[in-house]
Amino acid sequence: MTRYLAKRAGQMALTLFLIVTLTFFLVQAQPGDYATFYALNPDLPAEVRAQLKESFGLDKPLWQQYLVHMKNTFTGNFGVSFGHFPRPVMEVLAERLPRTAVLFLTATAVSFYIGFFLGKAIAWRRGGVLEYAATISGATLFTAFTPAFGLMMIWVFAFKLGWLPVGKFLDPLIWRGAEVSANHVFSYMLVTGAAFIVFAFLVLFFFRRSGRIGPAPLVAPIIGAAALAIPVAWGLSDIGFLALDILRHMILPIVTLTLISFAGTMLLTRNSMLETMREDYVMAARAKGLPEKVVRDRHAARNALLPVVTSLVYSLIFAIDGSVIIEGVFSWPGMGMTLLDAVRSEDLPLVMGSMVFIGLFSLLAHVIVDVLYVYLDPRIRYQ
Amino acid sequence: MITPQPDHHVVIGGPSGSPEPPLVDLHPGRSQMAMARARLALRSFRGGWAIFVESRIGVLSLATIVLFALMAISHPILMATVWDAEVYDPVTGYAFDRLEHPSPPNWRHPLGTDPLGRDVLSQLLSSTRSEFILGITAALVTVGIATTVGAVAAYYGGLVDSLFMRLADLIIALPGISLLIVLSALFKLNLFYLALIIGILGGFGGTAIILKSQALSIRVKPYIEAARVAGGGHSHIILVHIIPNLLPLSLLYMMFTVTGAIFAEAVLSFLGLLDLRMSWGIMIHTANTGGYLLGGTRYWWLIVPAGASITFLCSAFYLVGRALDEVVNPRLRRHTA
Repeated sequence: MTRYLAKRAGQMALTLFLIVTLTFFLVQAQPGDYATFYALNPDLPAEVRAQLKESFGLDKPLWQQYLVHMKNTFTGNFGVSFGHFPRPVMEVLAERLPRTAVLFLTATAVSFYIGFFLGKAIAWRRGGVLEYAATISGATLFTAFTPAFGLMMIWVFAFKLGWLPVGKFLDPLIWRGAEVSANHVFSYMLVTGAAFIVFAFLVLFFFRRSGRIGPAPLVAPIIGAAALAIPVAWGLSDIGFLALDILRHMILPIVTLTLISFAGTMLLTRNSMLETMREDYVMAARAKGLPEKVVRDRHAARNALLPVVTSLVYSLIFAIDGSVIIEGVFSWPGMGMTLLDAVRSEDLPLVMGSMVFIGLFSLLAHVIVDVLYVYLDPRIRYQ
Repeated sequence: MITPQPDHHVVIGGPSGSPEPPLVDLHPGRSQMAMARARLALRSFRGGWAIFVESRIGVLSLATIVLFALMAISHPILMATVWDAEVYDPVTGYAFDRLEHPSPPNWRHPLGTDPLGRDVLSQLLSSTRSEFILGITAALVTVGIATTVGAVAAYYGGLVDSLFMRLADLIIALPGISLLIVLSALFKLNLFYLALIIGILGGFGGTAIILKSQALSIRVKPYIEAARVAGGGHSHIILVHIIPNLLPLSLLYMMFTVTGAIFAEAVLSFLGLLDLRMSWGIMIHTANTGGYLLGGTRYWWLIVPAGASITFLCSAFYLVGRALDEVVNPRLRRHTA
């Protein structure tokens, strides 16, 4: 396993190298000269311009520029953003990456769970009303024009019903007198969320029982108590209402992203289940007289999960693209919106930086899925 | 091209030199071979069609695609006959007969006019054509590349294989829409370049991997062995035996590529990043930049026709693809044939 991980890390580094090379030459290949474009930007004072020109080697031949670019990228120096001048690209990205990660990971996890659950159910009762309803609504949501769908969600839940805020990350009216920054509160929220997930996993791990269905009787109360304690603790702290504001802004983008991406998993699980249900061991399980639910969940669904996890890579990439669009629509200031703004204002250093980070993000997701696969399928042992 | 050749018969059964007709024709001429192939293709098409028709969703989606194709054809006809170009041109037209724009649907403009006074129905119909051109171009490029790459990689294996597969891994690791957004920042993308880029990315990416794995299972079939024993060269085996057997699966992935291409175009146009005259995405973009989208149902004709068209055409191609999947992949069928 360690050797496999090392090998994957090596491959990842190589792929990342190729992505950086690709972005460099794409920028070089665009009409107009990047060097002049960078150096003639009127927003930059003369001394900064000279300094930048030197640090990026813009006066040197192309191959030297390429080497300098490579070195800068891997030391985390993407230059200074035009649009957010004088903040370095790295600082802008470091602020926005967690926001995207939360949006994206929550939506992916929820949509995977819902998709797998529904796919299992509709394959088991093939030809029922549920199958038609779920297939048609799922495929419609899956192929729905994401921006229009997002705007529709805003219109219904924010304008008509007024339940949730329209967009953006926070409400300036609530934050006017606040003494802490949004990033500060958000990082505390991240830590709380991560701690809760780790805690829940540990509880499930220690109370697991072999050969039985469902969790042990103690699990639900313990996790429930923790889930209750968190809002109480936050409510008692003096930044609780600020966190609530961020949370309220998060709901609509996450729900929208979940709705557009669960269908892919659902339809795939259905197909995978249909294939598994024909296997002899499912018939054997039925013949033994096991309850339907056990046959479905333990014998069929457990094996049908494998191809679904394989394709999780594709759905992750789909979700990354989806979150770029969703961020644009909801003005959620994460990586996707940074990329869109940078593209619109021709902020090339920020465009290149975001692209490298989005690439890195998807590469990491790729590796995690591969490792998960080994865990799920004991037949596979990577060399 | 089939050139007529003198038929060369090997006769089994009758004594040599007898005037009786041969019982078994072991070495048919090329024209007969082609006939037999065509008959076989027709038969497998009929069989496939029978399975396809079983899926009600598939038939309904196919009907939707045909409807959109009719819409695409109707635009030039309407422009040539009843619609005056000054009023109804999708980009430069102006509806002089209405005082306010956007104006709600009426008899002269069945779907109303947009904020710039252009007829929405005309925009919708003319965009349909460009969506089809985009989708089909992208799908043909994708499948052309992916089928070739898949067949070649599976047949030769070794270095060629790992080169193409690593390239595919690299491409699927990149989120496509984000990459297109970056590309649109650097270059002016029109419909043709967009189709080409989507096609190339799809063709060297995920589709190539899937077609290669199918080609691998074809490569070990006995008829490939037979062709090799009979003296068939590499290119002959790839072109005559592997690629034709890949085509059903290629057709399936064409459908998915069309969905992806139309979707990508719509998103990029909506964000205002493409260099196009008119498209469904641009229609929504125009409404959005004018601030009409959050008017909700009040200006529904600015968003519903274009939004619904994108959704319906994308899901129609996607669902036809899924119905084809049941034809191509026997394990998904309800009844075993």
